[in-house]
Amino acid sequence: MSFVSPEDFAKQKIAAIQEYSILSWQAIAGLFSRPRYWSEIYSQMDSIGVGSMPIIVLTGFFTGCVLALQSATSLQEFGSVSLTGNLVALSMVKELGPVLTGLMVSGRNASGMASEIGSMRVTEQIDAMRALGTDPVRKLVTPRLYATIFMLFFLTILSDAFGIAGGALVSIAIMGLNPSSYFNNSYRALQYGDVVQGLVKPLFSAFIIATVGCYFGMTTKGGTQGVGRSTTQAVVVSSVFIIIVDLLVTRGMIGIFGR
Amino acid sequence: MASELTSSASEAPSPASSGPVVVFDQVSIHFDVKPVLQDVSFAVEHGETRIILGPAGGGKSVLMKLANGLIKPDGGRIRIFGQDITDMPERELFKLRAHIGMVFQESALFDSLSVEDNVAYRLHEEHIPEAEAHIRVVEALKFVELEQAIQKFPSELSGGMRRRVSIARAIISRPDLILYDSPTGGLDPITSTTIIELVMKQRDVGHTTSLLITHRLQDAFTLAMNRFNPDTGKMEPIPNKGVDEKTKFLVLNDGRVVFDGTTLELVTSTDPWLRDYLS
Repeated sequence: MSFVSPEDFAKQKIAAIQEYSILSWQAIAGLFSRPRYWSEIYSQMDSIGVGSMPIIVLTGFFTGCVLALQSATSLQEFGSVSLTGNLVALSMVKELGPVLTGLMVSGRNASGMASEIGSMRVTEQIDAMRALGTDPVRKLVTPRLYATIFMLFFLTILSDAFGIAGGALVSIAIMGLNPSSYFNNSYRALQYGDVVQGLVKPLFSAFIIATVGCYFGMTTKGGTQGVGRSTTQAVVVSSVFIIIVDLLVTRGMIGIFGR
Repeated sequence: MASELTSSASEAPSPASSGPVVVFDQVSIHFDVKPVLQDVSFAVEHGETRIILGPAGGGKSVLMKLANGLIKPDGGRIRIFGQDITDMPERELFKLRAHIGMVFQESALFDSLSVEDNVAYRLHEEHIPEAEAHIRVVEALKFVELEQAIQKFPSELSGGMRRRVSIARAIISRPDLILYDSPTGGLDPITSTTIIELVMKQRDVGHTTSLLITHRLQDAFTLAMNRFNPDTGKMEPIPNKGVDEKTKFLVLNDGRVVFDGTTLELVTSTDPWLRDYLS
């Protein structure tokens, strides 16, 4: 194993940040001038959005179930089991729905983007695309970016809804709570700021998933081993970024809405 | 069929018909700290086929990517069709590449697209109507004698068939310059000869300027000493042991040009390294 000097290490990291920033900017700008690849955007929406629905529904539903079970145990000590709906709804909409959806989609799609684009890179398909007069950022990165942003927003809503439904199933079927009380409490617990917070987070997560996944794909080197390395790095980096950005957005939203 | 492609090729608008098509002037490039090409200079005239020879790792593929603007040199200037592409923005390069066809070392076919979609890729990008694109794809596939594989996917093709599809993809836009990066690399001798025959057909029928990298000396000399006969549809030796005047050689070693000249000059060279390499 070879060691690099701290100076070279710092230079490499700064160069990588620069490269990532340029790629992200080009991907954003790609939609505002011709040529635009609408069919690619729709196909990615189908792959990322519709394809991720089963895991999002299952994750959201069972997280809601577990949340209801765990919180009911604690709330019972204070005689407030009827507030389970409040807790599940607030936790799902503000935090767990957006973060879990982001992490699940990152695991499924950031890896997919890195491996697909990475394989194209090592087999010279990206160079062939450029040689045939196509900008690979416009054709591959821009559609993935906008498709992920659009679909993750709705996937998060779906996850929130199924999480609350999961909580309802446990609260009603196991703990014997009144259905209308559960849903009424859930509804009353949520305020405008909570919903905005929950729906702003997926926009940031989606940006991270698509740009990080595509960045590692576009910079893949070293054959099939390199593709595997890029895929792993894409999932790890995007997952960590999602959680860090979640903290920053939460702090920002508390600053704006006061809760 | 071949004559159709010939007339189309000659009618294609050339960005600059006078002067050399490709000019490398003191071009150098380093990867990390390792020099890959050092002060490489040569020119390729209109209609010329330039065969690039040299040991593996000598910078031949890098030279080919430089000629298409896929990578930028660290020093020197590159002119294609008279236009300086050294500092040309990517957007301008996309327009220039409409006149350049490229055959990659490992074919670089899009594995998620069928043969038809691969060959028609550029036509689809240019929004050519589907019916016209299909006719041109069939025409290009007939040129490489592979029209029966139109519905197949790259994974269903042999190595030689993939190279032929790659050639069809390169010639479909009737380019003024074709870059062949080791089109016979990794192929058996019979398939290699088939590919070389196609390159020769494009040279003698289409009169397209081209750069060709090869590791096989016999392929290089087959190209230099044979011609394509449109009547028989086969290649044949040039009478009286003649050589094709439009086919020239460039030999690279350790990133430097060690030979630049005609077939006759190459075989009569007294340079010890060159004689050793050719033997």
